[in-house]
Amino acid sequence: MSKPKVAFYWCASCGGCEEAVVDLNEDILGVVQAVDIVFWPVALDFKRQDVEAMDDGSITVSFINGAIRSSEQYEMVELLRRKSKIVIAFGSCAHLGGIPGLANTFDRAAMLKEAYLESPSVTSGNTTIPQTEITVPEGKLTLPELWDTVKSLDQTIKVDYYLPGCPPPANLIKEAVTTILEGRLPEPGTILAPDIALCEDCPRRETKPDKLIIEQFKRPSQYIIDPDQCILAQGFLCLGSVTRKGCGAVCIEGNMPCTGCMGPTSRVKDFGAKAMSAIASLIDADDEEKITKIIDGMADPVGTFYRYSLPASIIHRSYQKPDGGGAHNGA
Amino acid sequence: MSVPENRTNGTPKIGVYICHCGINIANKVNIKETVDFAAKLPYVTVAKEYKFMCSDPGQELIQQDIRAGLIDRVVVASCSPLMHEATFRNATGEGGANPFMFQMANIREHVSWVTFDKDAATVKAKALIAAAVHRVSLHRPLEQTRVPVHPDVLVVGGGIAGIHASLTLANAGKKVYLVEREPTIGGHMAKFDKTFPTLDCSACILTPKMSAVRAHPNITLWTYSEVVGVEGFVGNFKVKVRRKPRYVDEDLCVGCLECIEACIFKKGKFPDEFNQGLSQRKPIYIPFPQATPLVAVIDPETCAHFKTGKCKKPCADACQPGAVKFDQTEEIKEVAVGSVILATGFKAFDAARVGRYGYGKYPNIYTSLEIERLVNAAGPTGGELKMADGRKPKSVGIVHCVGSRDNNTNAYCSRVCCMYSLKLAHLIKERTEAEVYNFYIDMRTPGKGYEEFYERLLKENVHFIRGRVAEINDWAMIDEEKGHLIIRVEDTLIGRVRRVPVDMVVLSVGLEAQPDADAVRRLFNISCSHEGWFLERHPKLAPVSTFTEGIFLAGACQGPKDIPDCVAQAGAAAAEALALIDKGSVELEPNTAFVNEEVCAGCHTCLNVCPYGAISYIKEINKARVNGALCKGCGTCVAACPSGALQQNLFTDEQIMNEIKGVMNHV
Ligand SMILES: Cc1cc2nc3c(=O)[nH]c(=O)nc-3n(C[C@H](O)[C@H](O)[C@H](O)COP(=O)(O)OP(=O)(O)OC[C@H]3O[C@@H](n4cnc5c(N)ncnc54)[C@H](O)[C@@H]3O)c2cc1C
Repeated sequence: MSKPKVAFYWCASCGGCEEAVVDLNEDILGVVQAVDIVFWPVALDFKRQDVEAMDDGSITVSFINGAIRSSEQYEMVELLRRKSKIVIAFGSCAHLGGIPGLANTFDRAAMLKEAYLESPSVTSGNTTIPQTEITVPEGKLTLPELWDTVKSLDQTIKVDYYLPGCPPPANLIKEAVTTILEGRLPEPGTILAPDIALCEDCPRRETKPDKLIIEQFKRPSQYIIDPDQCILAQGFLCLGSVTRKGCGAVCIEGNMPCTGCMGPTSRVKDFGAKAMSAIASLIDADDEEKITKIIDGMADPVGTFYRYSLPASIIHRSYQKPDGGGAHNGA
Repeated sequence: MSVPENRTNGTPKIGVYICHCGINIANKVNIKETVDFAAKLPYVTVAKEYKFMCSDPGQELIQQDIRAGLIDRVVVASCSPLMHEATFRNATGEGGANPFMFQMANIREHVSWVTFDKDAATVKAKALIAAAVHRVSLHRPLEQTRVPVHPDVLVVGGGIAGIHASLTLANAGKKVYLVEREPTIGGHMAKFDKTFPTLDCSACILTPKMSAVRAHPNITLWTYSEVVGVEGFVGNFKVKVRRKPRYVDEDLCVGCLECIEACIFKKGKFPDEFNQGLSQRKPIYIPFPQATPLVAVIDPETCAHFKTGKCKKPCADACQPGAVKFDQTEEIKEVAVGSVILATGFKAFDAARVGRYGYGKYPNIYTSLEIERLVNAAGPTGGELKMADGRKPKSVGIVHCVGSRDNNTNAYCSRVCCMYSLKLAHLIKERTEAEVYNFYIDMRTPGKGYEEFYERLLKENVHFIRGRVAEINDWAMIDEEKGHLIIRVEDTLIGRVRRVPVDMVVLSVGLEAQPDADAVRRLFNISCSHEGWFLERHPKLAPVSTFTEGIFLAGACQGPKDIPDCVAQAGAAAAEALALIDKGSVELEPNTAFVNEEVCAGCHTCLNVCPYGAISYIKEINKARVNGALCKGCGTCVAACPSGALQQNLFTDEQIMNEIKGVMNHV
């Protein structure tokens, strides 16, 4: 019997998810032995044509990380979808849009302007911004088109399973690979992590006060976090109560608040909205002035509450005028 | 529509019933188009229209379809759930389904009544029906719990309305707490000499009821007190009452007046509230001889002891039972009651607000309430009506509609002023033999014996001039006017502007809501009309109920009315309270929150937000738990729960999201 064929691909991501695969350490060897890796651009020399040449549905599982924000990424995931039996959205960016998804507070024109014309690191006087097409003496050159809106993987192609996390924790990856390779397929659409919030696993669980209240929001850069106390109770925005567990509370172990990379539980439709609603419930003030003062102490609410999930949220992105640009927005 | 995973009882079969409400809905919403639309919505197996869904045959339609197995869930598109949710839940239950497998789409108040645009109305009606269909497909059967009704009743306000309601209940064997903020009960009626239209003596009919209140073993009377806190819900209110210190022990005082005699102020020096400031009282006083309870009260604002600390306190020495107690402090009483009757009455319009009528500027211009005291045998003048200079007035003008039927002040008719003006005209004529002129816009005398009373006054040679008074001043233009007040008015019956010189003017002030009506309504969680009158649940069919179950209205706090109407309403409110008590228990809306313990992470977020203390944390299993008996279904914890482990019956996230989807898909 031939070994199951596996593909790895990355889209708009930082590379951390690829690291995570390598992080499986010696276990990776087991995986490598058990499967045929047919496509993994970051590690092995395969080309798009190789994939195109495969039969439809011939890849057992494709692990795709990163958000989708360009025509090329879209073409590639489309292609992999056709060639694969199972597609797994791997990591926060593929799952919910991730950090690149915060670009949805801007549009393409604003981003290109900032990155190529106005940022302090740009040589002054530069007027060139990337084009999708340019003719040079040697012929026509093309580049993929950057989208206005960053999307999660399942906003572009059908996704079978999700491995959440930034990056997905090694034990969850192992478990997922094993279950799938053994053919014990879970319900389509399943997120391959426990469906309960992180507080349950938190090493500081016992230190939660009965009356959990926030009188002032603190940032880890300004105050020292007491390593033995519930981080949220100290006023640092720890989102463990909103976030799916499965990570082993590594950030908490490292004395840093949970930032929510594992995404919400299955019962929550919009991570950021829920997080805001939950945190707001803890604010200990009842007059407007005091409330405003406490809330003003919170830096970057969108970046905090939607850090990993803006594209997958109910509103997806900031408002765009109907006539705004008309850039291609994907499928 | 996505099929939810946790569907428990098979594929839903939804019946949609669209009500014409006569032509209320049908002449705006295209019913046929809407029925066709509804029939094609997911899971809809029956879509029908009917003239009046709330009628028996309308409800029968639903029941038949359930019995025939055609449907197991119901959507009625008609009026507000406030009107008929109970009706249709009941019909759904009678048909054999769980009553909560029902959802209402409001296509009357939210659609047909708020637009002239038929197309837009039809689009919106469809969207709301789609929303209800999407929602009801996820409804689950729910059970209602019953809680007992506390048999005691709180009555707030001791005017004639509050007194009558209290006595009715007490005579039926119920325990009543009557809270009155003044030192005595009686309200406005205690100030009148006579009452229209029968001219019977106000005190003679009121004071026996006041003493009965005091003596009744079932009534706890707390005067000089105010309600400061209300918690709970129908059948189970917890009420906090603040008893202000009167510095005289109610149980010891015998009402002998010795203390008042002994006061260092030999004569009254401060405006007497009960006499509308027309006489002076001492710092220690009893408002009037029949005050109930007949217990003195010390006003700390004017008492020398409280002002200077230097008084020898002869009042205390004079009191044989030792009832004067300067160290009395306020007391907070907490009581449990099952229902509340609000009878806080009205406030008379402040005549100074109509500057051109000269009130406060010229002597001999009085409000009707002042005249009530001045013609009262027990009033400051012993019933003699005299002018500032001691002469008897030879002519008196009574100006109607001061602060009523006037867009600058109150647009509404105060209902009682025409009648009491006639009464005062009679009394003034009887006491002074003066010429009496009534300046009226329209005479409004509907009521038993009222028109007859008007006829009688016409025969008593009282003058009636039809027209709104323009101005009252003392600027004489001819000799005959000198030394008189001149009433300028357009006599609309003869079409002429007239100047009528008189010695005295009575301003018939209208009735206004109490200045603190808004605070009171917040306390009891009821609504006010924009004029400040407490809002009844339905102007015709539930005139003494409010939108908060278990809270009833009686008397002028609900709107201007006379004593017979106040008493009738007080009786009705008492009957409503009795009906509730006799029912013995109330069914609670099963909209309580619950924790899905399997997925609760024990994060503590909800523990602090519950206003009812219904959530506890079970340490051993690290889960939160809701006590359904304490939960009031406010949903705060559900919104707060970070991981969606807390949900609320009738408002699960899925139901709400699906409802929204229904709207969005179809607009
Ligand atoms: C000049 C005049 C003459 C009238 N003559 C007649 C007449 O001849 N015949 C007739 O039928 N009608 C007459 N009326 C109408 C009559 O006064 C009312 O119909 C009647 O007094 C209303 O009774 P009530 O109990 O509703 O209110 P009220 O008499 O106003 O009593 C309300 C009571 O509640 C108390 N209260 C208010 N707020 C609070 C609170 N928050 N907590 C505790 N206690 C509170 C008040 O102190 C008061 O004691 C006349 C009205 C006026 C102005």
